Amino acid sequence: MIRRNRVLAAATAVLALGLTGACGGGDDSDSDSGGTSAKAEFNAAMTKVFNPSDKKGGTIKLANSGDWDTLDPGETYYGYSWNFLRLYGRALLTFKVEPGKGSNDLTPDLAEGLGTPSEGGKTWTYKIKPGIKYEDGTVVKAADVKYAVLRSVDKATFPNGPAYFEQFLNLPKDYKGPYKSKGVNTDSAITTPDDTTVVFHLKQAFGGFDYLAALSQTVPVPEAKDTGANYKQHVVSSGPYMFDTNNLGKDFSLKRNPNWDAASDPIRKALPDRYEVSLNVNADDLDNRLLSGDLDIDVVGTGVQPAALGRVVGDPALKANTDNPTLSRLWYTSINGTVAPFDKIDCRKAVEYAADKTGYQTAYGGPLAGGILASTLMPPQVPGYQKFDLYPSPDGKGDVEKAKAALTACGQPNGFATNIAYRAERPKEKAVAESLQQSLARVGIKLTLKPYPQGDYFSQYAGNPPYVKANKIGLATNGWGADWNDGFGFLSQIVDSRVIRETGGSSNTSVRDPEVDKMLDAAISNTDAAAREQAWGAIDKKVMEDAYILPGIHAKSLLIRPKKLTNVFVSEAYAMYDYTALGVA
Amino acid sequence: MVVGPGTVSDQVPLAPDPAPGGAVVTKQIEGRSLGRIAWNRLKRDKVAMAGGIVVIFLILVAIFAPLIAGAFGSPPNDFHQDKIDPNTLAPIGGTGISGEHLFGVEPQNGRDIFSRVVYGARISLLIAFLATLLSVVIGATLGVVAGFFGGWVDTIISRAMDVFLAFPLLVFSIALAGVVPDTAFGLSGDALRIALLIFIIGFFSWPYIGRIVRGQTLSLREREFVDAARSLGARGPRIIFKEMLPNLIAPILIYATLLIPTNILFEAALSFLGVGVRPPTASWGGMLSDAARFYTIWHFMFFPGMAIFITVLAFNLFGDGLRDALDPKGKR
Repeated sequence: MIRRNRVLAAATAVLALGLTGACGGGDDSDSDSGGTSAKAEFNAAMTKVFNPSDKKGGTIKLANSGDWDTLDPGETYYGYSWNFLRLYGRALLTFKVEPGKGSNDLTPDLAEGLGTPSEGGKTWTYKIKPGIKYEDGTVVKAADVKYAVLRSVDKATFPNGPAYFEQFLNLPKDYKGPYKSKGVNTDSAITTPDDTTVVFHLKQAFGGFDYLAALSQTVPVPEAKDTGANYKQHVVSSGPYMFDTNNLGKDFSLKRNPNWDAASDPIRKALPDRYEVSLNVNADDLDNRLLSGDLDIDVVGTGVQPAALGRVVGDPALKANTDNPTLSRLWYTSINGTVAPFDKIDCRKAVEYAADKTGYQTAYGGPLAGGILASTLMPPQVPGYQKFDLYPSPDGKGDVEKAKAALTACGQPNGFATNIAYRAERPKEKAVAESLQQSLARVGIKLTLKPYPQGDYFSQYAGNPPYVKANKIGLATNGWGADWNDGFGFLSQIVDSRVIRETGGSSNTSVRDPEVDKMLDAAISNTDAAAREQAWGAIDKKVMEDAYILPGIHAKSLLIRPKKLTNVFVSEAYAMYDYTALGVA
Repeated sequence: MVVGPGTVSDQVPLAPDPAPGGAVVTKQIEGRSLGRIAWNRLKRDKVAMAGGIVVIFLILVAIFAPLIAGAFGSPPNDFHQDKIDPNTLAPIGGTGISGEHLFGVEPQNGRDIFSRVVYGARISLLIAFLATLLSVVIGATLGVVAGFFGGWVDTIISRAMDVFLAFPLLVFSIALAGVVPDTAFGLSGDALRIALLIFIIGFFSWPYIGRIVRGQTLSLREREFVDAARSLGARGPRIIFKEMLPNLIAPILIYATLLIPTNILFEAALSFLGVGVRPPTASWGGMLSDAARFYTIWHFMFFPGMAIFITVLAFNLFGDGLRDALDPKGKR
């Protein structure tokens, strides 16, 4: 075995001539060679490629503590899935495969270049690379991209997918996707003048359309092979790997796609021969197997469980093999202005001042596994982020004096009683509610804990305005992660009062400020990127002035770095390891 | 098992009491009541007495929880995050056990585990006792009625028992606890949750008592003293309450004592599954549920787990001893 590995290592070294990566493969390789970031230390894979190599072959083993939401590119709506999907599908655009800040930039994948806007951002044109083939050897056509986007619009078949395309595309009225609206002419939304050109026609100008072109929903789907809701059983690959086995809910594996042409794909290295993914693995067992090296990666990429946390952080050798990225995710508490006395701004401000954010942080797992204290809505890595703290307190533990002053100003000097809602299935939110109960009690605000089932949390309880009002849910724990790192993606769904539905189900549950809505409209239609980013920061500040949201923490995760893999680095776009670059040492 | 009137002499212990016993036996042989005989027998069962003492101790702990927690711990819902390592969420020094926190502190929040175990005893015992009382009242009444009247009354009640015993109770209670609103029947918050748990547990465990009582009633019905009462003109209610019920006290007491630990475990299971009292109120099952996330931090699971273990064991030992004392024929 050793001998064979040496031969392989030598062979790859020859093949890799001219490439800068140092050879990390081979059992006999000297770890000192080259001065790369091969030394295992905390956060070693955050801004540099850890253990770079071009050695091909081997199997990468991944596991998911739950089920995959779906493997169908038209419906999947998890960052980890979008990251992994690039192994078997090529969207028009994707995020750059490189460590650090650069991974937030878009780069062409199936397309030849970024989108070309015309009509002031109402029309977007993409040229796709000619000659790209599916796993069965048929050529990918522009019509396949159009079909893929159109089928994703069918929310009866794909209820959980992103809904940006139906929001922005100029689709015929009551269009329900190609299964139900058979034969309907959709040229008002997407045209394909030839086999390599896709043109998107929008209802209104949208400067950030390239981000939509990077969604997995633009991964081409051949109409002849589409089986609707069952397509997830066999997704036809356009990427470097194709499905070998697929037992839904249990496991699946990928093998090499013989029809993938490396020359057409400068993004992916496609080093390993196989990917094996187990589903529904017990989360604690998963951590133990990661630490023992039996598994390579926890594919969900949200970090270790509390049980393993103590073990990993307490042991310097184990901690050296971890990375600690910040996610584009805010854990926060909505302060509902519809529930008295929170209709008075000073009562809301009392909560902002009194809350002990270190308790919030501990509830989510502390500074490493939980996150960093937040005083703004937008996380630092989102372009347009402005650093400010309108309700400062020493060490984030809350300012009792200022909180009491605010209570006096709102006519409740002795405090008041209200309720806090949280999702019953989430122990971290329960811990937040308990922590806020403690810290707000310091100024006389008495909280009663109200757990609700997470499945109906937004539709029937904390996100249902009449219910909130009738049951006096003054506070509700909440969380939001951007679909991509951009002010629009981060803010629009949680601060726009027009997304609040009286029937429930909206993610904004508390921010009702017409001025914020106006600022949002101005920012979205602004075609100047720099001015737009400036505007996101201003909106953030305005919402904080209104005190409708108590920001808790910007989430971080503690990832266990795979010991046996090469080319390991954290992609800031996904806030986890980039799954397309990995190789096996 | 059945102890009828006039059979007292059968129950005199064969072995004389130690030291002062001999004289006492000869002197007071006719003055002993049933309860006194049973008590004498129970007193000699060291294991049962130990169980009984632990049970009394636990009841006292539950009643005086605020005093005990005040003297040896800190309020059960107070956070002590200065005792927690923020990076690992574990208590500093592993457990945080100190003079101030006898059982250490919880990871993440730093709440005093001693106080929470002490306060948890209130919830566990209150629910277990009242649920048992409820099932005894329902079970004994329906059992006697079924056994005494027989016929179609017996058929209906017996079938009802079968239905209740076959009921998927755990699933049902999770569903029921989920749909009951925050305020109902004039109760709200923890009071409502406790009432709900008492109802669920008590209402569904009555057939265990009911079957025993029905069986006993069936055999008692045919006894001579019942015939005698009937021939003297006594009617149903009088026979049930004056003739039969005194003879049913022993089995009811025994099975009630043995039902309590089962109910404690059931309450813990429900709290573990999240349908018990609402946080932050402490309950043993809820503490175990929290501790499961931190299974590497041993003391968090150990103390509430031991509390459940000791309580259930004590009630079982005491209940077994009580059965031996009241029913000497069943022994050996």
